Amino acid sequence: MSAIALPPSLPVVARKDRAALWRAYGLLAPLVLFLLLTFVGPIGTLLWRAVADNELPQALPTTARALSAWDGRSAPDETLFKPFVADLREASPRDLAALARRLAYETPALRSLLATAKREVAGLDGSVAAMGALDQRWLDNATWQTFKRAAGPVGSYHLLSAVDIKHDYQQGLVNKDEAGLYRSILARTFSIAAITTLVCVLLAFPLCVFLDRRTPRTRNLLLLMILLPFWTSILVRTTAWMVLLQDGGMVNALLMALGWVDSPVHLLYNRFGVILALVHVMLPFMVFPLLAAMAGCNRLLVQAAYSMGARPLRVFFQVYLPQVLPGLAAGALMVFIVTLGFYITPALLGGPADQMISFYIAQFTTGTLNWGLASALGLVLLVATTLLYLVQAHLARRGAEGVKR
Amino acid sequence: MIAQDLRPLPKAAMNIESDASDPLADAPLLVRFEEVCKTYDERSWVVDNLHLDIRQGEFLSLLGPSGSGKTTTLMMLAGFDAPDRGRILMDGADISRLPAYRRDMGVVFQSYALFPHMSVAQNVAFPLNLRKVPAAETRERVREALALARLEGFEDRQPGQLSGGQQQRVALARALVYRPRMLLMDEPLGALDKALREHMQLELKAIHKQLGITFIYVTHDQDEAMTLSDRVAVFNEGRIAQIAAPQTLYNRPATRFVANFLGETNLLEGRVISNAGGFATLRLEEDGSLHHARCADTTLAAGDSAALAIRPENLRLASGDEPAVAARVIDSIFHGAHCRLRLHMAGGSELSMTYNPGSLGRPAPLPGEAVILGVPPQLAMILR
Repeated sequence: MSAIALPPSLPVVARKDRAALWRAYGLLAPLVLFLLLTFVGPIGTLLWRAVADNELPQALPTTARALSAWDGRSAPDETLFKPFVADLREASPRDLAALARRLAYETPALRSLLATAKREVAGLDGSVAAMGALDQRWLDNATWQTFKRAAGPVGSYHLLSAVDIKHDYQQGLVNKDEAGLYRSILARTFSIAAITTLVCVLLAFPLCVFLDRRTPRTRNLLLLMILLPFWTSILVRTTAWMVLLQDGGMVNALLMALGWVDSPVHLLYNRFGVILALVHVMLPFMVFPLLAAMAGCNRLLVQAAYSMGARPLRVFFQVYLPQVLPGLAAGALMVFIVTLGFYITPALLGGPADQMISFYIAQFTTGTLNWGLASALGLVLLVATTLLYLVQAHLARRGAEGVKR
Repeated sequence: MIAQDLRPLPKAAMNIESDASDPLADAPLLVRFEEVCKTYDERSWVVDNLHLDIRQGEFLSLLGPSGSGKTTTLMMLAGFDAPDRGRILMDGADISRLPAYRRDMGVVFQSYALFPHMSVAQNVAFPLNLRKVPAAETRERVREALALARLEGFEDRQPGQLSGGQQQRVALARALVYRPRMLLMDEPLGALDKALREHMQLELKAIHKQLGITFIYVTHDQDEAMTLSDRVAVFNEGRIAQIAAPQTLYNRPATRFVANFLGETNLLEGRVISNAGGFATLRLEEDGSLHHARCADTTLAAGDSAALAIRPENLRLASGDEPAVAARVIDSIFHGAHCRLRLHMAGGSELSMTYNPGSLGRPAPLPGEAVILGVPPQLAMILR
């Protein structure tokens, strides 16, 4: 890229051209509408779910206002109890059930505590003594902190939960008790994606060098063979791996027939099976950008370096690799990002310790109906992916200034 | 092969006329191609049984149409390709399989092949860094090489900021900075415009004179080859049709191909009557006229078909007692320094003739006029 950049000339768009421009944009309208309805809308709603916390304001509106005023550090007193008792009398059972589920995400015991309070609401007057008589836990600061975190209508509870952090109004941000549950899932997701990417790079690089040196005819034939599994349904491919890898499967039968092992090797429901299938799925994403970069590489630079006395290793690292690096980075990023969101393959081929973040998102969405946490985990994944992309784009831009002309 | 065997091949075997004007005839041999063959598709030879002697310090051009094997020859010399048959000797040692990085040759490519992620100075310093030259010496030698290529002050530019001519100078400085035994150039001026190309030709010639190392220059431009070279090897279909000094090639082409490829030549078909002592007699098919002319090819015998070759500038309008042909003027074109006539003979053969309008000594012929053209025996050639 030339460093002498001409100042960008301003486009002169006449009124007539502008109309043509809008007509051109008009052709995009159906697509834009489609994306708005099916992608931007749902994703936006989902992300809103990650921060929305409206069960408590829905069920106990005046309590929610009182909780916002409370500092969360002092002992709970009648400023909280009185509106709580008043709201409890009015609250519909349906809203209370939703609130109980929401509070139980954090403290399961609150479900019964709340149910008892509703049953006994006739005998409550909102005094400290009455609340204490009902249950000592009503006087506990921790109970009302849980209420305050859920007081909404917008809160950080789900987001912080997704990275195992809790906002304690007395101690600030603290680690939750579950010993880094989601952080370890996130780390596992990233490590599976990283290993998959690494294996893809190691397999694709020599393969692309080989393909790059073939005649176009041979190359296209071989590319077709790489693409063939790519055109097969991912579910079919995954089940095919199950057939191959199970204890009584073809691979184990072969290993035993050859006398290499005495009893079946466990290839399925562990990290090995997951990575194997992921690499199989992702390899084309690595091969195509890398092959394109290699095809666009200026071979004369390599020859020139040789003629000047550079040895093969040096030529590879100083002349060849810098030229194919953008393609390598693009492929690696593609593999990494797509792998981060994988669901089916680890769900079918992995054990409980090999599940990636998508599995938990799916579980919270369809299983336990904790949409807030599901959305928060999705948001964490989205943010991580976006950050990675920005870093790669920055590196690629810097690389492009140096390597490409 | 031991060194004393490295005498140049007998010239008759290479179809070369002995050439008194060759200043480097006695220079020691540097490289020899011995029966070198190369194929890419296993069907046809790109380079076919090539013999080529390269002398120490000469400027040798490999000239030929595309696909004639000249670039392949250069690539084998540089070490990017290995011969399929035969061998390449340098100082008597077989280098056919020696990797390029051990050959100590500088290579300049048509598309410059500068490292785009390095500045001009870093590009030129690259081969010195490979050789672990100390930093202070590297700076000095980079400065010298850039001065030689007239690029002072461009050290910190990036290759993309330079014009084509400047980039090629950087490539030249980079190929010369480590003082290689030979400099190989593959159509280095092919991507430049005409004025710049002519300017660079003069500079290349000056650099060759100043350094005294062997330059091998591949080109398809006959003017370039003639301007630059001590010797020119004309390639055709994987073989060398003729290798000689430019004047010899022009005045004494060995084959029709060479006669046509370098400059323009009128060729008139005929049959050999006799051939002896460097001259032959030919009867033209066109009008049965007899022509006596130089003939270097001793294998031509009576009855063989051959052609009378004469340059347009060597035809004469005023006929004396020399052999002549009759023709009719079709067209006359004024070029300024010279005029060109297009003529047809009675049998349909086309001739071209150029003359200097000031020294014609008679009125210029007009289209339609019948003329007699003299063919001087000393300037015409009889070619197979």
